[in-house]
Amino acid sequence: MTINKEAKGSKLTMAIEGRVDTTTAPELDNQLKESIEGVTDLILDFTKVEYVSSAGLRVLLSAQKTMNKQGQMKLIGVSDDIKEIFDITGFSEILSFE
Amino acid sequence: MKEIDITAVVENLQTVLDFVDEQLEAKDCPLKIKMQIDMAVEEIFVNISNYAYFPDVGPATVRVSISDQPPMVDITFIDNGVPYDPLKRADPDVSLPAEQRGIGGLGIFIVKKSMDDVKYEYRDGHNILTLKKGLE
Repeated sequence: MTINKEAKGSKLTMAIEGRVDTTTAPELDNQLKESIEGVTDLILDFTKVEYVSSAGLRVLLSAQKTMNKQGQMKLIGVSDDIKEIFDITGFSEILSFE
Repeated sequence: MKEIDITAVVENLQTVLDFVDEQLEAKDCPLKIKMQIDMAVEEIFVNISNYAYFPDVGPATVRVSISDQPPMVDITFIDNGVPYDPLKRADPDVSLPAEQRGIGGLGIFIVKKSMDDVKYEYRDGHNILTLKKGLE
């Protein structure tokens, strides 16, 4: 998994590439925690994400909870296969997509 | 049927996934089904790694058998750790808003929803969990 960050004022875009699984999710969690202080618009670009496991969902839930307090979070470019995981787990109702 | 004996630690997850994927790819398993299977394998293997022998580590066997008519895979996980039936865990309430959502039980819930069948038995000191999934 690799993460590319682009910040513009209080807007932060994180483009994630690869697998968000048990072994890589802690890295995403760290990057999010380091970067989202003061951010009001968080965009997670999922265009190149191949896979999200429950460990990844855990990180997304935590980020969403933080962003609910300080602004908004959106996921863009989510593939149908990954959207299905979000549907099954009720995450489609919790997360915002564009 | 092929199987791999491996120490149940999270660091071995990729080895287990590679082993399973190799069998699936030999049968031209569609990408989406492979992803669902990988996800289920991850959840089960990580569970065994984190809990079966805690605080020690121990072995696990992962067995893959693929049948042709109809195309179907059985993936069996065997460990001799503490008896634990993950299927007994209550399903999470997936309708709650973010603030009230916990994350416990989500992994096994995904497994149950994405596989065609999941069976657990405890036999001769072994936890035996079998996933079944059609390949088309």
